[in-house]
Amino acid sequence: MQLNRPQSIRAALAAATCSVLAHPLPLQAQGNGEERAWDVRGGLLFYQETDRIQIVEPVINASKTLQDGTLLTLRGVADTITGASPNGATPTAVAQTFTSPSGGSSYTTPAGETPLRDVKDLRLSLSAEWERELSRMVRNTLGAGISHESDFLSLSLSDTLKRDFNNRQTTLAAGLALTLDTISAEGGTPTELQLLSTPAAVPPPDAEEEDEEEDEEEDEDGDDDDDGKSKNSVELLLGVTQILSRHTLTQLNYTLSVGSGYLTDPYKILSVVDGVTGETLDYRYEKRPDSRTSQNLNWRLNHQFNEDVLYLGYRFFWDDWGLTSHTMDVKYRSELGNGLYLQPHLRLYQQSGADFFRHSLVEGEPLPAYASADLRLGEMRSTTLGIKLGMPLGGGEFSLRLEQMRQEGESHPSDAIGIQQHYDLYPTLNASIIQLGYRFTF
Amino acid sequence: MRRELVAAASGDYWIGRFTAMASPCELLLELAEHHEAQRLLTIAADEAQRIEQKYSRYRDHNIVYHINHATGLPVTVDEESGRLLDYAEQLYRLSGGLFDITAGVLRKVWRFEPGSPLPTPGQVAQLLRHVGWEKVQWHSPEITLPAGMELDLGGIGKEYAVDRAAALLSAETSASFVLNFGGDLFINKPRHNGKPWQIAVDDPTDTGKKSAGLLAIRSGALATSGDARRHLLHQGKRYGHILDPHTGWPVVNAPRSITVHAPSCMEAGMLATLAMLQGEGAGEFLRAQAVPHWIIDHAA
Repeated sequence: MQLNRPQSIRAALAAATCSVLAHPLPLQAQGNGEERAWDVRGGLLFYQETDRIQIVEPVINASKTLQDGTLLTLRGVADTITGASPNGATPTAVAQTFTSPSGGSSYTTPAGETPLRDVKDLRLSLSAEWERELSRMVRNTLGAGISHESDFLSLSLSDTLKRDFNNRQTTLAAGLALTLDTISAEGGTPTELQLLSTPAAVPPPDAEEEDEEEDEEEDEDGDDDDDGKSKNSVELLLGVTQILSRHTLTQLNYTLSVGSGYLTDPYKILSVVDGVTGETLDYRYEKRPDSRTSQNLNWRLNHQFNEDVLYLGYRFFWDDWGLTSHTMDVKYRSELGNGLYLQPHLRLYQQSGADFFRHSLVEGEPLPAYASADLRLGEMRSTTLGIKLGMPLGGGEFSLRLEQMRQEGESHPSDAIGIQQHYDLYPTLNASIIQLGYRFTF
Repeated sequence: MRRELVAAASGDYWIGRFTAMASPCELLLELAEHHEAQRLLTIAADEAQRIEQKYSRYRDHNIVYHINHATGLPVTVDEESGRLLDYAEQLYRLSGGLFDITAGVLRKVWRFEPGSPLPTPGQVAQLLRHVGWEKVQWHSPEITLPAGMELDLGGIGKEYAVDRAAALLSAETSASFVLNFGGDLFINKPRHNGKPWQIAVDDPTDTGKKSAGLLAIRSGALATSGDARRHLLHQGKRYGHILDPHTGWPVVNAPRSITVHAPSCMEAGMLATLAMLQGEGAGEFLRAQAVPHWIIDHAA
């Protein structure tokens, strides 16, 4: 029919066949393994909060299927963090000066402003994952990671088993992860809930005028050496992934995480204020419980239309600190042709505060068991709106992601005391994210 | 994969059997010790299994799976896969687009099982948007498939496996053998007594039981394209399993079965398939190619 010169097909077919079959296979191809290239993704992320923290983060991620069919993934991240972050104290009508536990450094916040502590750090993190098939339907992924900052070292190990069922339409996953962290706070680890005005540079051999409660805490922490605190966590994951149709996939993951040890942020403090005027009289270091059990339910749905893809996600988080949060995430990948795509992104986040979150302590009132003014533990909501553009470039794929995040809390909470009512106790935070990415194989 | 090796009733050759690519496979081998026959059977079966694992679209995490699930992103393929894709591209051109490894998605609506309904023209038209090798960007070693499209190397895989495994056997033995993967076969040379091997051609009217005749083959490959096992009967009309990628519908008035003899199984298989795609013109096409062939027609 369409073949005008049939005779030439015979010869051309013979030539084509010959070129497929003439090549002897390399020896390794005789086994089941096949030599595959490295799939490399590199990225550079800029995160900039207005007047706060700035992070520059290069990431490199490389994966390769090895000769024996196992998949190796390596990842390296370097974060340079600079800027300032709220220290937990509330604004006052006069300038405030803060001194580190050892008295080695101090900084001053002008009147009426949210006290910020300078932050400067470099975080380096390396991790590796190794996935292999244990049997036709069972896969295992082993992971290990190390992360280092000047005051922080984290080691982690994980193991996940995945089993396919139902003609590979269903995958069940179960995993366990362990994390060990060591915190060596800059300027020494402060005693929890201790007044900043108490000199602590040289720990007194016999505790002087400290509260009894504090003594008890000291005993509990007695295992840790002076300049290092540790915490660890065990995380259990159970998940199910279901292919609903050729174009739709859904996943539900549950994680249970049990953390214990030093969970306090050594750099966060609370203002101790006058119960009537709200004037700051002193400061105390914060204190969090030494254990945290949190649970996560994470659902996602990916649906492919003719070419476009919709990603929907919802996460529910709750823990025994009284914190619950809801996250909704929607992305839509719109194919524009020639490998070009646009992907708008919307993320809505809302959390209730931890039970022990408070903006300040009141002078003369009994000390609570736990207290923190860390705004990240307070009630808040955030909205992220972004867009990502991807395009083929030089044999790989280039992407650019732009996002804007706005985080808001209760600026004038009902429990604000005296002059606190005049100040913004939960300043709105705006952040911009610019991410450049490139993916290629070699 | 179960592999068994038995002596033929006549006692002068071995019969090795295994299953691969959803087909019964056979190795007939003359003049060898039992352990040698066992070793050669392992070589052939391993190669069949390797190719099946690597290219079957029914298996996860092989190269075809990666290409089909890359959602529009480029995938770099290994050298062997690259040669097969080059081959598929040449066949696409040679056949004027009739042979197309992206046409497999049409099977979603064409189920050639007894009692299956015919798809609606709308369903077919919907899928046809995802068919067409010209929409694929293939610049060796990188392939980019628009999301929603799929590759299916099933139309090449079995013949390729026969030729590959036969090449491995030829390098290992000087004995005469027949390597048969579900009806697509290769014979390296005449039997030790100088006589050809006798190959039975399946009769599509009573497949697996009746033979339409014996072919005497001294060497080379035989491949068969036919709808013996896979066809649809709807309101008295027969729909063969060969789909025309231009229309999305089965080729009409194609013969029931075509067997071609060629130097390699890939050539034989492609010629049989291309002939089938000509419908009524199958015989004319094959005569023009000047290859030995056997056609079993509707009347059979």
